[in-house]
Amino acid sequence: MIEAAQHAHQAAATGSGKFEVLSGEQARQVEAVAEQIIPTDDLPGARDAGVVYFIDRALKTFASETKPMYDKGLARLNQKTSEKYPGTKSFADATSEQQVELITELSKQGTMVDHGRIGPEESDDFFQTIRMHTLLGFLADPSSGGNQDYAGWKVIGRSPDHSFSPPYGYYDKNYPGWEAVKAEMEKK
Amino acid sequence: MTQGHVSYKPTDEVDFVIVGSGAAGGVLAKELSTNGFRVVVLEQGPYLRPEDFSHDEVEVFIEHQLTNNPKSQPVTFRKTPQDKAKVQPSVMYGRCVGGSSVHFTANFWRFHEIDFVEGSKVGKIPGSTLVDWPIQYSDLEPYYTKVEWEVGVSGLAGASPFDPPRSKPYPMPPLPTKGSGVIFERAAWKLGYHPFPAPMAILSRPRAGRDSCVNCGFCLGFGCEVGAKSSSLAAMIPVAEATGRCEIRPNSYVHRVEVAKGGRATGVVYFDAKKNAHLQRAKAVILAANGAETPRLLLLSANSQFPDGLANSSGMVGKNLMPNSGVVAFAVFDEPLNDYKGFAVSRVLHDFYELDHEKVGFYGGGGMDARFDLTPGAFALSALPPGTPTWGKGLKQAMRQNFTRTLEIFCHGTSLPVETNSFSLDPDVKDAWGLPALRMTYRDHANDLKMMEWMKDRAMELLDAAGAKTKWHAPVGEQEFAVHLLGTCRMGNDAKTSVINTDHRTHDVGNLFLCDGSSFVTSGRGQPTMTIEALAFRAADRITALAKKGEIKG
Repeated sequence: MIEAAQHAHQAAATGSGKFEVLSGEQARQVEAVAEQIIPTDDLPGARDAGVVYFIDRALKTFASETKPMYDKGLARLNQKTSEKYPGTKSFADATSEQQVELITELSKQGTMVDHGRIGPEESDDFFQTIRMHTLLGFLADPSSGGNQDYAGWKVIGRSPDHSFSPPYGYYDKNYPGWEAVKAEMEKK
Repeated sequence: MTQGHVSYKPTDEVDFVIVGSGAAGGVLAKELSTNGFRVVVLEQGPYLRPEDFSHDEVEVFIEHQLTNNPKSQPVTFRKTPQDKAKVQPSVMYGRCVGGSSVHFTANFWRFHEIDFVEGSKVGKIPGSTLVDWPIQYSDLEPYYTKVEWEVGVSGLAGASPFDPPRSKPYPMPPLPTKGSGVIFERAAWKLGYHPFPAPMAILSRPRAGRDSCVNCGFCLGFGCEVGAKSSSLAAMIPVAEATGRCEIRPNSYVHRVEVAKGGRATGVVYFDAKKNAHLQRAKAVILAANGAETPRLLLLSANSQFPDGLANSSGMVGKNLMPNSGVVAFAVFDEPLNDYKGFAVSRVLHDFYELDHEKVGFYGGGGMDARFDLTPGAFALSALPPGTPTWGKGLKQAMRQNFTRTLEIFCHGTSLPVETNSFSLDPDVKDAWGLPALRMTYRDHANDLKMMEWMKDRAMELLDAAGAKTKWHAPVGEQEFAVHLLGTCRMGNDAKTSVINTDHRTHDVGNLFLCDGSSFVTSGRGQPTMTIEALAFRAADRITALAKKGEIKG
């Protein structure tokens, strides 16, 4: 588990990561889109988490059927970019402000994944799919190939540990126990 | 294969072949092998060990490491028998040794007295086939106690004033109280309700060579890597294997019960991992394959003697599916709860278990729990407040702020039995083995939707009382997805209206027994696993007695 995560991280860090499904150029575009979905601020974003490596693995495994959607979606996005910003060849080459404009247009085609647990959300919409893969690649256990160095968990405040002792947070810190609370509430 | 354990040849006529190794199959295997019988358990999924369990959401939720895979085993869905069913992932169950008990939440509520007699208490309900069970709570009480002590349940006896009578306290104290439990509990007391520590099938103390819960936070949906979750895999299967009389045979997909001319079951036919078919011979057959696969197997076993499916002279095989109703409310609080740590549920409320139907305008009732059962990816995809931006700075800010501060109130309730709600064989779609796919026909009884609306309102009131500023709920709507698979081969005294008798023996085939969620007559209030296991302990006693008296014949 740890080895796989380290391997993926090294590949990302050196920039020499081999992609098995995406072309190098596609990977550059995917990373740019993912980075707009979860941008870097004072805490890591999609690029730091190696989301593109997760997506490459996804396209080889559980989401292989979405590869044509990526091919078409990325090509369409690049085309939109050059139409809107003549002289700019691809989404990744656009400025961040331009990318925000482009994703704003793209995301209007899809709505937020509604309630219901995580699952194989069938979607024919490129944005919804890359959004779902980006979130999973940012937050799933590093053994999945994303969330490198627990970058995603740093953002949401989840400790990388897998064993905890109570109290866990603010509300259970000084909890006196069920019997004591019951007695107190019954007095009132 | 586990070394040192017994293995039988398919040609060996063992005493019992059990199909399924989950909540019911695991208990039956342990009990019957302990009682001296030679047992083969056929499980369609793999035999995973604690070291195989990961915390990888992708592997577990998307690649279906522990559950049925809709790609190889498609399910079709339709709302009414008039509709044409479409392929749609609408059923989920455990597909590994231990079955759904490996990945369950581990809420272990006993049924109450009302669940067994509600039919006669409320009378005829239009559109529902609600009837009483042929057994009572008192018949099952000793077996509920057995589940708590033998499988391992943590809880506090007497904490809920609504609890039915019990003969023994829990063997272990409750698990620690989480922030969600503290907030929920205080709000509930404030409103005059009676919150209590959740009874959970998770060890709060080391027991029977198993470790206690380490509060890893990957519980619902995941296998337990320390064996603290009281699955059949952790608690029952090792005991069964240690008898030297029970073989667990994984990767064995049973698709027919073999019946001799006189109508006696002679064994079951299964595909091994290489899709080669074998007949495992046995003196008696027990199906514990879950409320979807048990009726499917009976329907797949139709022959000239049983043209409508095996044990189906009543026509009730597959009917009256009850998946339980449910709705969830969410809230975000100001300070961190860090509720991602630990098992899911620490507090429960049973004040709404038995409602006055004339007052509320619907039948049945439910329970509520406070929990946080969302893993990081699932959280970001399904538990951010409505209106949260779907991408960019706003999305990141919401994830950052809310993950440690969110709780859920989960409402669970009855499903009324409706005859057309069912599992049957799809006439067109086949699975990867060429067998007819499972077809689900389901539309909630209007009563159940009314109840969930009512429960949802109570949950929102609780969140108000807790001072939640940001709160919302999932929509209440017709369900198209079933996890609790109940009622599809119901128990009864009348062979014309039920599939099995109170010994779990099919009315039609003398050496064929069914025991799992399909045996249920009513759905309880949303937590069926404990009752599945209590029924299995009881069934094992009944079947043992019949076998010892030489009364299991075709």
